[in-house]
Amino acid sequence: MGIHVIKMPDLGEGIAEVEVVAWHVQPGDTVREDQVLADVMTDKATVEIPSPVAGTITSLGGAIGQSLAVGAELIRLEVAGAGNISADKARKEPVQSGAATAAAEEVAEPQLEAVAAHASAAPAPAPAAAPAKPAPAKSAPARAASGALQRADGEKPLAPPAVRQRAWDLGVELQFVPGSGPAGRITHADLDAHVAGRRGGAANGAMDERYSEQHGEHATQIIGLRRKIAEKMQEAKRNIPHFTYVEEVDVTELEALRLQLNARYGQERGKLTLLPLLMRAVVLALRSYPMMSARYDDEANTLTTYDAAHIGIAAQTESGLMVPVVRHAESRDPWSSAAEIARLAEAARSGKATRDELTGSTITITSLGALGGIVTTPVINRPEVAIVGVNRIVDRPVIRDGAMVARKMMNLSSSFDHRVIDGMVAAQFVQSIRGYLEFPATLFVE
Amino acid sequence: METINTTLLIIGGGPAGYVAGIRAGQLGIPTVLVEGAQPGGTCLNIGCIPSKALIHAADEYAKTMHYAAQTSPLGIKVDAPSIDLEKTVAWKDGIVKRLTGGVGALLKKQGVRVVRGWARVLDGKTVEVQPHEGSGQEPVRIRCEHLLLASGSHAVELPFMPFGGPVISSTEALSPSEVPRRMVVVGAGYIGLELGTAFRKLGSQVTVVEAAERILPAYDADLVKPVASSLERLGVEVRLATSVLGMEGERVKVRDASGVEAYLEADRVLVAVGRKPATTGWGLEHLMLDMNGRAVKVDEQCRTSMRNVWAIGDLTGEPMLAHRAMAQGEMVAEIIAGKRRWFHPAAIPAVCYTDPEIVVAGMSPGEAAAAGIDAISASFPFSANGRAMTIESTDGFVRVVARKDNHLILGWQAVGVGVAELAAGFTQSIELGAQLEDVARTIHAHPTLGEAVQEAALRALGHALHI
Repeated sequence: MGIHVIKMPDLGEGIAEVEVVAWHVQPGDTVREDQVLADVMTDKATVEIPSPVAGTITSLGGAIGQSLAVGAELIRLEVAGAGNISADKARKEPVQSGAATAAAEEVAEPQLEAVAAHASAAPAPAPAAAPAKPAPAKSAPARAASGALQRADGEKPLAPPAVRQRAWDLGVELQFVPGSGPAGRITHADLDAHVAGRRGGAANGAMDERYSEQHGEHATQIIGLRRKIAEKMQEAKRNIPHFTYVEEVDVTELEALRLQLNARYGQERGKLTLLPLLMRAVVLALRSYPMMSARYDDEANTLTTYDAAHIGIAAQTESGLMVPVVRHAESRDPWSSAAEIARLAEAARSGKATRDELTGSTITITSLGALGGIVTTPVINRPEVAIVGVNRIVDRPVIRDGAMVARKMMNLSSSFDHRVIDGMVAAQFVQSIRGYLEFPATLFVE
Repeated sequence: METINTTLLIIGGGPAGYVAGIRAGQLGIPTVLVEGAQPGGTCLNIGCIPSKALIHAADEYAKTMHYAAQTSPLGIKVDAPSIDLEKTVAWKDGIVKRLTGGVGALLKKQGVRVVRGWARVLDGKTVEVQPHEGSGQEPVRIRCEHLLLASGSHAVELPFMPFGGPVISSTEALSPSEVPRRMVVVGAGYIGLELGTAFRKLGSQVTVVEAAERILPAYDADLVKPVASSLERLGVEVRLATSVLGMEGERVKVRDASGVEAYLEADRVLVAVGRKPATTGWGLEHLMLDMNGRAVKVDEQCRTSMRNVWAIGDLTGEPMLAHRAMAQGEMVAEIIAGKRRWFHPAAIPAVCYTDPEIVVAGMSPGEAAAAGIDAISASFPFSANGRAMTIESTDGFVRVVARKDNHLILGWQAVGVGVAELAAGFTQSIELGAQLEDVARTIHAHPTLGEAVQEAALRALGHALHI
């Protein structure tokens, strides 16, 4: 029997750290060749790691959510034959990573038993145990009504050490538990009653499930895509002084045209939503405002503008927000854009989107569709400098030539990086988009 | 250089560190403990244990001297007692060795790897250990997920009177080669008084110099009174409100409150003016942790300002007590194992092994008043306790402090021979949230000093039986 160590593979240029998002095996499992062992995630793409050999898992290289350096030990198997690491070496130094950067070292050498023991001692997102509520028929103990001492502000709850420890384990703050014991002492029974939520209805004299107190606490580890989203959002908001501009657009003509186009060409070319038309308007507006299709490297003080319009489309997926990119939107007519959006959205939702399909946008459009609301404050997809948000279309009374008429109105809420985009320019850019949308023929002429 | 990887790395094998190690071992956390000297820290090696041993020996010797003076009412007479100090110190060292060896065995039993040598922190996850010179061992590097700092404390040195020559700290005082003829003790805190009293009983002329207005400034005046009269009876000279200015030859220069300077002859000068956290010389500065004065700042879970770096024991400041350190160590190990724990003791007891002993747990009457609590207190003197009479020590009392409205016990204080052992009951009653009635209605064994505990509670309720 030999030891075979699988290291974290290099998943692409410039990637130094990869996050483990799922283990499909546990120590002791027997695996065959090509069986998927783990899911790991880089910047945005999730990659499955298959086993190159058949064997028995002896240890995992990290907990879920942990980032491992490329080249760090990912998994260790016992295999028939020699394996790829000598037993002696394996015992002494689990990881012999070439990439010995400080950051890599930091995570590259977890002692293996250590990790296993730790994982078993501290199960990750275990919801704090809140025992099931009793049937309402059970009457609350009479104690509930008895004169439990009301604690004054800042007064410490009084409970024996055993009750304190149990409260910690249950995740209950004793400050909120009434004590029925002498001098307001909190007893085990008080804690049970509190956890069971029996006290909730005491004030009304009867149990009322609608108003019962809830005591569950559910810790969720923010890992994987959600962690990436959190980091990106935090970075964007921390680094970019956002400037948000909201303008209303009369889309009556645009909607009429869209319905016409769908009626006439829908069968053969596919139906158009508003989004591809808006993309075209953005592409046309970018001709006069090229600084909006840009990426700003604030550390190098370099603003790179792009002649191309690689438009990111914010899409909701089951695991969270993703931004697939319609590359070279300037070269697509609305139907081509629509098809590409549909393809990318599907890829993103099914988790098949490639890294290339998820990076490289130069401006982003975000739309919540029917949930678009009146106004949003979009967060810029850093390092871009502009994001255009679409709000809901509503029929609204508008004054036209002195008379009130019903028009289809839609707000555009757009945010800009105020470090490099001045307010005036931003406003002019949005007005330009509005111009194209309100006179939709121009979308096809220019 | 060999690299050891572990989950938990503990720096320091004193009561804080070794308890954290044992508990971590029990919980299955891979743990490495680094200790430069003997395991057991200050407490076992140069603190609590050896000082209590020396105090016991001094007490026994003083008793024989008392009998030799033929003044004992017990009718016991002895002739010309003497003490072989070398043997005394060897006996004390034997106890220390047994205990430190025991700590090592406990750590080993729980699978904790002990690395001998002085640790040097490189960053929050890496420590280098330099072995002792001449040990022939290579330095090792240890990497960890959790770093637990438990470096302890040192005796504070007076800048104008550094340790060396006749000027000694408690460490040297606990391994005397001879009984000094004249000893000056600087500082009338519990360490100075415990050791000063012991040397007086061994035959030294002892002068205690204290800058404050009274001895044991941390304790209330009633508690301290029996200790003060005992010092007087033993012939310990106490100079209060007096500052030490420095050494001049073999004399200690002092100045009293009125500005009068004096010289005190001394063969040995024991400086016992407090302890300070051991924060230098081992790379702590590399972590740039938030500090709380001279101590490392920690929250109620003993977390420092750096993630997964923890600090416990004397390093985290007052109260510098071994039992507090142990409780912190146990807690941190449990938190690292994934349990939810907080350091929220209802009371941390403290004991002075003066003659007679002082023990406190929870609030004194003054502290309760300062906290704005409407409290009652009552004390019961040992002069009314039968057991106290039978051991010739009727000095002292037990005092209880409780809330007036619901009789919840807030604190206990006692002074008297042997009262240190009452600490367990005191602290337990506070932790359990006992009321005066709980203690008053508990049958206390007769004849014991503990009856004074029950009587104090009864007296607070207004119906003491034996007074």
